[in-house]
Amino acid sequence: MKANKKKTKKETKKMSNKKPEKLIDKKGIRLDGRKLDELRPVKMEVGVLPNADGSAYLEQGKNKVLVGVYGPKEAHPRHIAQQDRAVIQCRYHMAPFSVDERKSPAPSRRDIELSKVVREALEPAVFLEYYPKTSIQVYIEILQADGGTRCAGITTAALALADAGIPMRDLVVACAAGKADGKLIVDLMDTEDKVGDADVPVAFMPNLNAITLLQMDGNLSVDEFNNAVNMAVDGCKQIYALQKEALKSKYVTVEEAEEE
Amino acid sequence: MPVFYEKKQLVTPGDLLAEGDYVSGDSTYKENGKIYANRLGLVDYNGRRVHVVALKSFYIPVPGDTVIGKVVETTPGGWVIDIKAPHFARLRASDVVERSFKPETTDLPSIFDVGDLIIAKVVAYDRTRDPQLTVREPGLGKIMRGQLFVVTPTKIPRVIGRQGSMVGMIKRETGCQLTIGQNGLILISGRSTEDERLAVLALRKIEAESHTSGLTDRVTEMIKKERKAVESK
Amino acid sequence: MTDSVVVRVKKKRIAELLESEKRVDERGLTDYREIQIESGVIERAEGSARVHLGKTDVVVGVKIGTGTPFPDVPDKGVLTVNAELVPLASPDFEPGPPGEKAVELARVVDRGIRESKAIDLEKLCVESGKLVFVVFIDVYVLNHDGNLIDASAMAALAALINTKMFKYEVKDGKIVKKPGYTPLPIINYPIAVTFAKIGNKLILDTGLDEEQVMDARLTMTMTKDGNICAIQKGGGSGYFTQEEIVEATKIAQKKTKELRKLVVKS
Repeated sequence: MKANKKKTKKETKKMSNKKPEKLIDKKGIRLDGRKLDELRPVKMEVGVLPNADGSAYLEQGKNKVLVGVYGPKEAHPRHIAQQDRAVIQCRYHMAPFSVDERKSPAPSRRDIELSKVVREALEPAVFLEYYPKTSIQVYIEILQADGGTRCAGITTAALALADAGIPMRDLVVACAAGKADGKLIVDLMDTEDKVGDADVPVAFMPNLNAITLLQMDGNLSVDEFNNAVNMAVDGCKQIYALQKEALKSKYVTVEEAEEE
Repeated sequence: MPVFYEKKQLVTPGDLLAEGDYVSGDSTYKENGKIYANRLGLVDYNGRRVHVVALKSFYIPVPGDTVIGKVVETTPGGWVIDIKAPHFARLRASDVVERSFKPETTDLPSIFDVGDLIIAKVVAYDRTRDPQLTVREPGLGKIMRGQLFVVTPTKIPRVIGRQGSMVGMIKRETGCQLTIGQNGLILISGRSTEDERLAVLALRKIEAESHTSGLTDRVTEMIKKERKAVESK
Repeated sequence: MTDSVVVRVKKKRIAELLESEKRVDERGLTDYREIQIESGVIERAEGSARVHLGKTDVVVGVKIGTGTPFPDVPDKGVLTVNAELVPLASPDFEPGPPGEKAVELARVVDRGIRESKAIDLEKLCVESGKLVFVVFIDVYVLNHDGNLIDASAMAALAALINTKMFKYEVKDGKIVKKPGYTPLPIINYPIAVTFAKIGNKLILDTGLDEEQVMDARLTMTMTKDGNICAIQKGGGSGYFTQEEIVEATKIAQKKTKELRKLVVKS
């Protein structure tokens, strides 16, 4: 699993007010030592919050994401309930200390938009029609941010939903691709996102070959864009394997302990 | 016609379990002739039927189930009960008091008040209404004492054991009464707090190792060891 | 009747028609409704435009103010986009601060303009690090009959093209107006096209009915050189396959060119 093994060779340059001149060096190595198509190290853990019905924690590079899921439960307030399905109430939120300059805890417009698109990325996976008039609450907290937090949030939220025993068609996994210094790269960190030429976050259900989140900002030719989507989907598939392991591993540890 | 896993293998949502003329059972779904898991759990094949025993799930009321619930609201017509299901359940006042009771003169909270725990039976549940409960049968009603233990509902059969073997063993070894709600709530009522503690330890072990075999013997062993350890102090 | 609860037979009819590649109003799958663009409709604004897309009606006003630049881009003017789904526009819009739909609409329109660098923001710098012009783009939806994103994006672009700034000189660090006007420096012309997926068909420019039954939508914004500068998948709990996305890029390349001609001409 190459995503997990590599250690960072160089520290990411601190931003201060200067932008790094080059995001990728002559040998095709990025600021944190990764190759163009290499993901940051990822680790995940399921069932970390005792109160939540389902929960998960993820680290990807410097990203630290915690998700708690409650439900399905009675929809409150009443008027948000749908007669024929459950509703997902999703909140994407960044902790004030998660970024370089302290961020106000009040939801920003970006938080509002991301809460919406993340919810829409998860909805296709959940069997909402099984639980009419209920709500499933998904709370995503970004404890530390370094680019690609909406993708990390989706990947973690899918684990938390599965941990809650909510029936799903497939796990949803997300990864971004983009362009920096004229080259297509995968899993952008914050510097690469801010200074680079494009960012394409993608959420994917591998089973159904379904893309449930797709956004882009920057400037790409149509071919570059389609290639970027391909790279992101490949990244998704790698992370998907890790998601499955994270779900199973709690279980496996019990079995090992039992054999002692 | 292919199946893709062995019995008792661990599967995750989205795993392809079987293809062809199979029937989709618990925690699975069928699409385009393929059967997939929709929860994390152990897959099992029973003839044409494929199902997954979910490691974790929440309770869906089934008429006939005994459940333990908490009163969360009193209304003029009865009570609203939280039975840890996606919907709250309802207990009609007419189930407890005489049919021609007057809401103004009958003090419903004096019978069951917010915060009370009750043992009830599910009488009805369909997509058009909330689950309906009754406390009319013997053994049902308000819980006066005891300790509550919560497990995920899919593990309740393990707590009961084959023909009640597990719950019977716990009763023998700890002297505690266990009232088991299908919704995952278990009431422990023992002669002393020490007895109840042993029962809690037993239930924790069952919860953690519910997927393994030989569990009944190991739990019995553990209770005996614990008792000895305490007695020798 | 409330729009948010969809009449079931309507849903069936739309899906059935699409099976034979037909739509309720007899348009082709990638045909837009009648588009009318009027510029300069609000004289008090520095720039404005009103777009009728079928019965969808959107007004965009551009106001120019002054302010301090962002610290990491001291030489650039500031662009900000806001959208209001005004209650009179639909029985389902309620008064109050922008909800997620309005926020998403504003941010998608913003992305198209910002990422395509449509406005030459460097020309809006008065004094580096201290004083710049701020371009306020306010999207005002007056009637919602589907496809608010494309209508709003077109209106925003038309309004920007229509925008005139007063001439000025800087005296003692202050801006002093001079007689005459210059147009806002516009160097690109982003156009958004929004696809809806119903069943396995992709259609453009959804009417309200189609929007209420769609499985998912995908907006692609392209620059005048045929590059993509913004994409947003939203709406509905459905998904797209990679093949559908590739197909959409092909259709978008053609369609954005056509629509751009209409906007630039107006």
